[in-house]
Amino acid sequence: MAGLKTIARRTFLIGSAAIVGGVAFGVYKYKTPPANPLLDDLPEGAAALTPYVLITQQSITLITPRADKGQGAISVQAALIAEELDVELDQIKTDPGPPSPAYYNTALSGDAVPFRSTDDSVLAETTRAVMDAPIKFLGLQITGGSTTVPDGYDKLRMAGAVARETLKEAAAQIHGLDVAALITERGAVILPDGTRVPYQALASTAATLEPATEVTLRAPEQWRLLGKPMQRVDIVSKSTGTQDYGIDQDHPGILHAAIRLNPAQGGEMRGFDASEAEKMRGVVKVVPLPGGIGVIADNTWRAFQAALAVEVDWGPAPYPAEMDGHWTALGESFTPAHQDSQFRDAGDVDAALSQGGDLAVEYRAPYLAHAPLEPVNATVLVGEGRVDVWTGTQIPRFVQKNVALLTGIDAENVHIHALMIGGSFGHRLEDDVVRHATTLAMAMPGTPIKLTYSRGEDMTHDYPRQIAMARGQGRVSNGQVETFDLGIAMPSVMASQMGRQGLPAAGPDLQIVAGAWDQPFDIANYRVTGYRAPELAPISSWRSVGASSNGFFHDCLLDELIHAAGADPLAERLRLCNHAPSRAVLEAVGEMSNWGGALAARQGRGVGFCLSFGVPCAQVVEVSETDAGIKIDRVFVAADVGRILDPVNFEGLVKGGVIFGLGHAMNCEITYASGAAEQENFDSFPGMRLYQCPEIKVHGLESANKIRGIGEPPVPPAAAALGNAIFAATGTRLREMPFSKFVDFA
Amino acid sequence: MFRPEETAKRGRRVKLTVNGTGHDIKDVEPEMPLLWVLRDELGLTGPKYGCGIAQCGACTVHIDGVAVRSCQVAAGDVWGAVTTIEGLGTPEAPHPVQAAWIEHQVAQCGYCQSGQIMQAASLLAETPAPSDADIDDGMSGNLCRCGTYPRIREAVKTAAAKLSGG
Repeated sequence: MAGLKTIARRTFLIGSAAIVGGVAFGVYKYKTPPANPLLDDLPEGAAALTPYVLITQQSITLITPRADKGQGAISVQAALIAEELDVELDQIKTDPGPPSPAYYNTALSGDAVPFRSTDDSVLAETTRAVMDAPIKFLGLQITGGSTTVPDGYDKLRMAGAVARETLKEAAAQIHGLDVAALITERGAVILPDGTRVPYQALASTAATLEPATEVTLRAPEQWRLLGKPMQRVDIVSKSTGTQDYGIDQDHPGILHAAIRLNPAQGGEMRGFDASEAEKMRGVVKVVPLPGGIGVIADNTWRAFQAALAVEVDWGPAPYPAEMDGHWTALGESFTPAHQDSQFRDAGDVDAALSQGGDLAVEYRAPYLAHAPLEPVNATVLVGEGRVDVWTGTQIPRFVQKNVALLTGIDAENVHIHALMIGGSFGHRLEDDVVRHATTLAMAMPGTPIKLTYSRGEDMTHDYPRQIAMARGQGRVSNGQVETFDLGIAMPSVMASQMGRQGLPAAGPDLQIVAGAWDQPFDIANYRVTGYRAPELAPISSWRSVGASSNGFFHDCLLDELIHAAGADPLAERLRLCNHAPSRAVLEAVGEMSNWGGALAARQGRGVGFCLSFGVPCAQVVEVSETDAGIKIDRVFVAADVGRILDPVNFEGLVKGGVIFGLGHAMNCEITYASGAAEQENFDSFPGMRLYQCPEIKVHGLESANKIRGIGEPPVPPAAAALGNAIFAATGTRLREMPFSKFVDFA
Repeated sequence: MFRPEETAKRGRRVKLTVNGTGHDIKDVEPEMPLLWVLRDELGLTGPKYGCGIAQCGACTVHIDGVAVRSCQVAAGDVWGAVTTIEGLGTPEAPHPVQAAWIEHQVAQCGYCQSGQIMQAASLLAETPAPSDADIDDGMSGNLCRCGTYPRIREAVKTAAAKLSGG
């Protein structure tokens, strides 16, 4: 480990001095900051003081490289910069910026190392820091993993502060004043005589200066914007139909395209007959694609109709054609040969179980589509030595690279215009739609081609959430949980997803056990084993990834054991919990829900807990058994993200995450028959509708020692809390999602 | 390839009034769903495509003030004046329902919200003081994948108060 130590020392030295500019988080040999991409093509008299702040004579633009898929990423990134830059959100424009290594996501490394997020040991922190280097090296400009806030919290505030101090320096030079005599406010430097000098007037001078290096971030007590209710920058446009999404792209001469891919995802397209389709009104061209065909027409609907009229000869699915084959493969994966990890192994589970277990159960979680309401789409214009791509994406640099590979045009001449996203939930971590749109656009150089997936194509070719199976055993004694043994089998999401980008996914896949091995409990004998199932249907990251299935498995198994012990579900979780912020959220939902208080007949209350993405989240769900089925009455949620930057958005994301978790647990699954996904639209993949939505009370805590994101953590506990509540109300233990296979929902 | 002779043969004139403006669209099949006439022929992109089978409500517009799923109405069958979200109000002068949506910061991704707002405006025109059950009944055909339902409920109530002068 000598090498690790050396790196760590350098990391500390460089890291503490080089965070200036917001991008120079350096470790190891990558201490040179990535070039500031805004310095290319800079207009005359404009200043790009850091990669996040662009000031011209006319305007102030804040660069918000993390994609906004509804989680409010643009607003929070802008607010982090604006807080230190001393501009108000009504004075600025935002722009996602170009794909660039400067915008790599530092926080992604946190979940790629085998340390619990609650582990602050030197070894854990050092390894996280070292992992930063390859991520920076690869320039992973990725939005995901609830990392926008942890990644940007220091970086963006620092970018704003550096820009502010450099502007003050410029004002000092112009007016022959001491910098210390200047203050900043509402986008202007204020001179001692009260004169306001707008930042725009300082841009050309500031551009000649080296960015300031001595800056101090303000304490939270001094914040104007952060920590207070904010109005999202997109709320007016999204309430008036004036927000443009990728699907709304229009360009002179644009043509519209539809696609039809092998219903067995990834299966071959062996041949096709487009003679009928080509005769249809408005059809311009039918183009073969890898695994399918595309139709270019003068109207989206005409393209949809024509795509259906093409006769295609499809090859078989590259995975089991029927669901039995998938479940069998998972069931056969609980063997030493398939063991992927066993990072949690306390006490002596085998010895304890040899005295006789109290429980042996199997849990299942299905494939799930992401199904954001905006179907995937991309507009591509292939020009002379240049390609333009307009799309909503979480992976702009991969998109750029893949379009360059397809067209043979240098990546620097592939211009990615990242657009507002109508929902994602992980869907737009894939870029098939851009690759197909590019192939179509290459068939018509000079013409912008907008490819829109029909809902059916989107849902049936949505690399779904992993299918997963878990087997649990345990033992109780003296009214307490004594032994907990959980094995989880699933194919590797990371191998499947990174494989599609040509990247290796070496080592154990932590997502196979995420939300289970890393839970903050001390149980005398406590073991969590991950088993890597063979690749089945191709899968990808779905809001909360591994924890989306494993939070359900782990917490429900714990609930079963607590009931077997005859203990109180909340009290026993608290007794076992070894992490103060996690205890606090459990205690909070206990108080909010009046846990232990009287309930009506046929009512039940269940608690669920999961720590994911570093965020402990507890939920209490109350259900009633009605003549029409199970009704979810109320949900109480508490989560601790360390610091809440916008309480309005925080509450919205928590409620949305709960509804997302509950809705899919209730009634969603993707199943395969004859190799094809059977669910093609929202009639068979409904999720929660408004009439089913319970009253939800949210409490945010701020005691944890690191700032975290809230996009994903509310999802994993929801299914568990619902299953536990249904058990409390009905005595029926549900161990397989969706629950609608076993109970009706009112 | 383009076949002008067939276009002439099949094309038919469709007359629509959208947001108070008359449109005489010469070359549209009468069976084309109103949604795609609005989006691809008239450039009105407020109504969204989400499902194409009246399961999500993202395409909701008004015909003579009543909410309809524009993906299910053939352009040739439109029976009255069409209003889209663009015709309901503007960023500078939002309709009371839109103002309520802004006040409650309902939108996350926002993709369903044009449809939600059009549905709510139609509900409130018919039922000015809706009960919780009325809101559940009126709004449950509109899907929101982000889960903004709690704020939709609150915003509908606020909009009802605004519209009744409260």
